[in-house]
Amino acid sequence: MAELKLADYKTTVHNDWCPGCGDFGILNAIQMALSEMQIPRHKAIIFSGIGCSGKTPHFINVYGIHTLHGRVLPFAQGAKIANPDLQIIAVGGDGDGLGIGAGHFVGAGRKNVDIPYLIFNNAVYGLTKGQASPTLRLGEKTKSLVTPNTSNSVNPIALALVSGFTFIARSYSYDVKHLKDTIKRAITHKGLAFVDVLQPCPTYDDIHTREWFQGINKQDTGKAMPRIYKIEETGYDGTIKDESEINEKMTRILQFSSEWGDKIPIGIFYQNELVPSYHERIAENNKEYFAKPPSHQEISDSKNKPIANIDKILDKLQIKD
Amino acid sequence: MSFSTSINSISWLIGGPQGSGVDSSANIFAKTCAKEGFHIFGKREFYSNIKGEHSYFTIRISDKPVNSHVEEINVLVSFDAETVFRHADKVSTGGLIIYDSSLAETVLEEVPTIDFEASNRIRKLLEDSGQSVNLNGMLEFAKSRGCMVYGLPYFEMLETVAQKMNDPKLSKISRVVNVMAISASISLLGIRKDMLISAIKEVFGSKPKLLASNIEAAEYAHTYIGTKYDTKNIRYKITPKDALKDYLLLSGSQAAAIGKILAGCRFQTYYPITPASDESEFLESNQIIDQIDGKSGSIVVVQTEDEIAAITMAIGASLTGVRTATATSGPGFSLMAEALGWAGMNEVPLVVTMYQRAGPSTGLPTRHEQSDLMFAINAGHGEFPKIVLASGDIEESFYDAIKAFNFAETFQLPVIHLLDKAISSSIQTCKRFSNNLNIERGDFKNTIDKNQSEGAAGHFQRFKLDDSPISTRVPIGTENAIFWNTGDEHTEEGHISEDPENRNKMMDKRMKKLDIALEKINQDDKAMCYDFGSDGKNVIISWGSTKGAILEALEKLSQEGNKMKFIQVRLLHPFPTETVKQFLNDAKLVVDVEMNYTSQLGSLVQQNTGREIDYKIVKYNGRPMSTTEIYIALKAILSGNNERRIVLDGGT
Repeated sequence: MAELKLADYKTTVHNDWCPGCGDFGILNAIQMALSEMQIPRHKAIIFSGIGCSGKTPHFINVYGIHTLHGRVLPFAQGAKIANPDLQIIAVGGDGDGLGIGAGHFVGAGRKNVDIPYLIFNNAVYGLTKGQASPTLRLGEKTKSLVTPNTSNSVNPIALALVSGFTFIARSYSYDVKHLKDTIKRAITHKGLAFVDVLQPCPTYDDIHTREWFQGINKQDTGKAMPRIYKIEETGYDGTIKDESEINEKMTRILQFSSEWGDKIPIGIFYQNELVPSYHERIAENNKEYFAKPPSHQEISDSKNKPIANIDKILDKLQIKD
Repeated sequence: MSFSTSINSISWLIGGPQGSGVDSSANIFAKTCAKEGFHIFGKREFYSNIKGEHSYFTIRISDKPVNSHVEEINVLVSFDAETVFRHADKVSTGGLIIYDSSLAETVLEEVPTIDFEASNRIRKLLEDSGQSVNLNGMLEFAKSRGCMVYGLPYFEMLETVAQKMNDPKLSKISRVVNVMAISASISLLGIRKDMLISAIKEVFGSKPKLLASNIEAAEYAHTYIGTKYDTKNIRYKITPKDALKDYLLLSGSQAAAIGKILAGCRFQTYYPITPASDESEFLESNQIIDQIDGKSGSIVVVQTEDEIAAITMAIGASLTGVRTATATSGPGFSLMAEALGWAGMNEVPLVVTMYQRAGPSTGLPTRHEQSDLMFAINAGHGEFPKIVLASGDIEESFYDAIKAFNFAETFQLPVIHLLDKAISSSIQTCKRFSNNLNIERGDFKNTIDKNQSEGAAGHFQRFKLDDSPISTRVPIGTENAIFWNTGDEHTEEGHISEDPENRNKMMDKRMKKLDIALEKINQDDKAMCYDFGSDGKNVIISWGSTKGAILEALEKLSQEGNKMKFIQVRLLHPFPTETVKQFLNDAKLVVDVEMNYTSQLGSLVQQNTGREIDYKIVKYNGRPMSTTEIYIALKAILSGNNERRIVLDGGT
């Protein structure tokens, strides 16, 4: 088969994101990851929620399922459980996944279905004109808020950890290479992978701007002091190789997760493939699950008659003399 | 007015605290009678409670097929005081009451689970009839009405059984009082003990200790009654019949689940809710599926974090090509409304099995109602096509489960299969189900030729606008068929489009599928007409689980010379206007019968056919309509009752 180029993963659909939107970097990184991994276009399915990030699938030339607000995870899990051969990627916004969809975020963590999930995290509801999202901190007042935010923020990394995600990472939309590499790791991870992607909303978030992340306006020393740092560069490795490492690692991850402001960690906080995936759990009771998942099953014969034989079930219920 | 003929047609009731084995006792009794060659209809009533509240199971036994319950009780079987307090007034003249003789002095107020309202009613009944307000008073009241009472000293009997078993620990075998009570009733009715023993073996066969103690208890109670009481003058008798050949005894939720398995449903999601969970649990218990080719298949059942996840996960699975369903009840269905629209918008086949219960809000969570008809039809914002199909009984639940999937795939839309608590938790003897049915998948392909991908940018057109509003559907993951789905209005490829012309075309495409459905769906699946030799002037119209009670009432009326016909509407949406009009053609008197407050079907009939409903028989107290009360209400209407709306209130 001919090699797939980056351009093969792009559609001609007009992209109506605002100029300078962090979403562009994420879109590029996803396309680059697919291309570098040479994932056949028809095997890849991008599921999305609602909002600016929800439009992502329309710009990627693979199957695209643009679902409902907050529901991307259950849609994506349903497809992956029914057909584990598909390469499914779930994407959504921070309001989508951590506000209206927070119950599914926790529910998905408990299941550990084998999919990567990217949250485009910009702290505002962009498409509805800039309201506070679940990741905007208490007391912060972005451009279109009437008063400073009266709700506190949720901690996505910590929430993913306590919910049971088995891969937890963070990246930054303007560091496309780091993001692309992180996405590739998330795709190859066995189990549910969460990537918290920090991204500026140039239209509605006048606090967490590109300049803010770069530390350009943090001028105490007279030169830019980038807020983002890479945890791998500090020698940290989030991979769990043995159950005994989990408690210590979890404590460290919670520390990372609460760092914000002058120092914002990105990288892979956690990867634990010792936890069985949901598919493996199904296969414990249903030995042929991987060979014959729901989508692969024959249900009728050549004459359109049902292939199921319900005799044994009926025999049990039949009245015996 | 009695529907029982005393010989071979009996209404039997067992009651007791929830969690004490009432259901399994009723099942043993039902099996016993079915083995004697009798048809069974069993109705289960229980509180939203785990342990302690009063639950009861009514079993109707007949030498003819039965599909409804009656108001009167001919045999009341109890091992607590509450059952006698709550039901003894319904026991017919000559009826039998089995009770715990050690409880005779129990005062009404001493029973904590009898709520204030019921307690007041019982007190008034006893005081008005000059009886003392205790169990003895209730029994005396029953006797004054011609009932026969049989006291059993359960505790002493237990002690004897324990001795016979050489096991003095009574607590271990205390549950066998259930079987003692059943055995006593069987002895009184003349049912053969061997049949009971055989039923006990079926139920406890895998648990040797339980089996032994239950058989011992059954034997002992049978002998006890025989030696203590003269059974010759008992009015109610069961005489053995030829065995029922190829009959099943099962519940509606089991029937629907088996239908799903045969239909090829291989993915089901659910969030626990009464009365829908039973179906999913049955499917999970049968997750490995035998096949006619000797291989095996399987169904994956997923319990989700809520009903929104249940339906969206099901839709996601359906996109991979598998036949998919979710099952829920009213509160869960309320949460599913938004996603239903997504399935409609993206033409995704999906079956939602909706077990109605009494609403609104939490309502009467374990009780029955048919109040979600309008909601099912109108669920979801905006306009999109869906099919609503309602089954009338346990047998229909099986066959309709298969039809629901055929409709969903043929017309590429969500199908709501409406069932209810009365169907799901009732049990019935049904002719063994046929597997000679067709799987109809519509325009569904697993492979696509490269040349077929010819959209604007060389893409497959999932929502192709051409002569047929039903487009070729492929599973996601199919080569040469990349498409998009979105809840937004979309192009033929599935990309967002706000273009006004495209909007009209896509709306037309989707909604036209309802016209095609009306053309293609069989007449019998739209509405059934049961005519009892009428001239078509007096017509009953209804839907869902009232069917059995209506049919039996009409049969009785017809024997008395009041010939009527019954239209059972099965396809509720799109409404089969022409079929219903045709059935109503000669109608002079139309009576709508429904288990809800607002006569929802009546409104639909009027809206679609222009025919007004003359009389409405409704009920919303949470207890299914008995054939008795429908008969009485119809009789009143036929004899010139002026009430245009009759509210039924039967049930305990």
